[in-house]
Amino acid sequence: MARWGMVIDLDRCTGCAACELACKSENNIAPVAPDQAEMGRAMSWMKVQVEIEGDFPDTSMHFFPRPCMHCDNPPCIKVCPVEATYIDDEGLVGQIYPRCIGCRYCANACPYTVKYFNWYGPEWSDSERRHLNPDVSVRPKGVIEKCTFCHHRLQKAREDARAEGRELREQDYQPACAEVCPTAAIVFGDLENPNHRVAQLKDDPRATRLMEELGTQPKVYYLRTRE
Amino acid sequence: MTEDERVILRPLVETSKRFYVVATILALIVLWGMIAYFLQVRFGLGRTGLNRPEYWGIYIINFVFFIGISHAGTLISAILRVSKAEWRRAITRSAELITVLVIGFGAIQPIIDLGRPDRALNIIFNAQIRSPLLWDVVSIGLYFVACTTYLYVPMLPDLARIRDLGIKTPRLYRFFAAGYTDTPSQRAVLERVIGVLSIIVIPIAVSVHTVIGWIFAMTLRPMWHSTIFGPYFVMGAIYSGIAAILVAMFILTRVYHLERYFKPVHFDYLGRMLLLFSILWFYFTFAEYLTVFYGAEPAEMRTFWAKVTGPFALPFWTMVAGCFVIPLALMARRATRTPRGTLVAGIAVLIGMWLERFNIVVPTSVNPIWELETLGRYLPTWIELSIMAATFAGFVLLYMIATKFIPIVSIWEIEEGRELSVKEVSERVAGYLPESAVTTVGGEA
Repeated sequence: MARWGMVIDLDRCTGCAACELACKSENNIAPVAPDQAEMGRAMSWMKVQVEIEGDFPDTSMHFFPRPCMHCDNPPCIKVCPVEATYIDDEGLVGQIYPRCIGCRYCANACPYTVKYFNWYGPEWSDSERRHLNPDVSVRPKGVIEKCTFCHHRLQKAREDARAEGRELREQDYQPACAEVCPTAAIVFGDLENPNHRVAQLKDDPRATRLMEELGTQPKVYYLRTRE
Repeated sequence: MTEDERVILRPLVETSKRFYVVATILALIVLWGMIAYFLQVRFGLGRTGLNRPEYWGIYIINFVFFIGISHAGTLISAILRVSKAEWRRAITRSAELITVLVIGFGAIQPIIDLGRPDRALNIIFNAQIRSPLLWDVVSIGLYFVACTTYLYVPMLPDLARIRDLGIKTPRLYRFFAAGYTDTPSQRAVLERVIGVLSIIVIPIAVSVHTVIGWIFAMTLRPMWHSTIFGPYFVMGAIYSGIAAILVAMFILTRVYHLERYFKPVHFDYLGRMLLLFSILWFYFTFAEYLTVFYGAEPAEMRTFWAKVTGPFALPFWTMVAGCFVIPLALMARRATRTPRGTLVAGIAVLIGMWLERFNIVVPTSVNPIWELETLGRYLPTWIELSIMAATFAGFVLLYMIATKFIPIVSIWEIEEGRELSVKEVSERVAGYLPESAVTTVGGEA
């Protein structure tokens, strides 16, 4: 059984935010008005956070792409009163939009704050509406949404592999962010499969995980040179 | 008609013009709040000031606050009954009524807070038992049933009396008196049932506010993830409950002329309980904040300083004044433990305890462990404030209306106190003491 995970090489990340944009268009993430974004209501399943260190002029900038950590021990699924957020056999943490009651308990329980709430119903301009991804359901107002590691792509890849009578290959299932990253800083695959790059990279001496001490067992690894 | 009946039942048959004026104003506020809620449902929770990471706000604060107040009646009245505190007789009914009404107003808050209230029943159909929110639904449900029963059963003899006097809507009272005729055997069963109920409601009441504390404590959030939260919430609930009883008693005394029943001694005794709880409150709060401060984990300290010296310093120190300084100063002295003094202390505690709920929910919410790209902040909108006003108004309105149908002081318990307890208590006290050779109190030959 696969255990899907991601390795993000921060030494390679240029902060271009292509992953953010690719994610938004792949997953039909509704844009919000500037005043709403100002209030902290912008949605970005993948978010490149910027850390600025030091005082001017000796400053350095670090970029930190942050998807859902797809924890093996996710705090969000325990607190959901209706089992609208769940972890599947392959370690993907998903959200059932038609069941979610919008209590936002999972959003509070997530230490990485990766859960987004639809404060209003989604709105698109006509041109955007025509380009919505038919493989991803559009969320109504009042429910939580989050990064899914593009699990709709896994379904499709698996069907293709079955139709062609072969095993699923590493390149068959890649989330939009990993696919689009120009410096290949985002690597995705099966952490249990020794042939996948993530399985090797996660053991890199530069590898860390976010807030490992909480015991959430994130499946997103970060590579960063220690200074 | 006895003097007790005449005074206590008067509000049931006479209604002043002022009552209608106040009721109309309150009803308009409730209507206003309902319009606000309609807009929120129609357009989405975006109409509130909530955001990411401030996912919970006014509604959850009010939820915790109202369920806390509900500990007024049941718990205090049950504890006083079980401990045979005779001074309870005049105050239990008005306290229990607060309980039943505030549970209702508290329980609707999380539903108002839902993004999809249309799916609220998913909590039953897709119940996920590991969620503290589900524990809460179960324990509040049980609590509501227990408290309603605990209000209703001891009311039976009074309802039967109103039915027999025929002073008001006979069919209603015939139905609710349920054939009770106050025969000795019925009375014996009634007393037994009340005895059992007052034992049962205590653990249920404790569980309710413990579980509400656990909703926060079960997450890994700074200054929520704390084992003290269960007991801290129960203590705070009882504290705000006592304050609510005091305020209600003061107002009832004034509007319905119940000075005969709510005597200075009742205010004095409840004031002493308030004093005890103001010290307990300080103890719990100090223990909580010292533990956080001493451990000095960075994420916890961000929330800590936000409360103590940061943007939440005003609500924090107002809370300390309302929950500790004011009630302690007023209730420690006999001269200010008067009805008026307890009213001031009670109001201070209610404001302080509301702010405590605010200080638990908001500062932690805006300071997530993982610092975000935007600074967390929260400013409630008029929608939230209107719904909050409507909740308070709705509670007062229903309480007022209830006083028109329910004797707010238990007539039969007052009579029982006069006829039986005075003798029983002196016998009981004698029973506590070592037997002396000559006295023969307590029926001994």
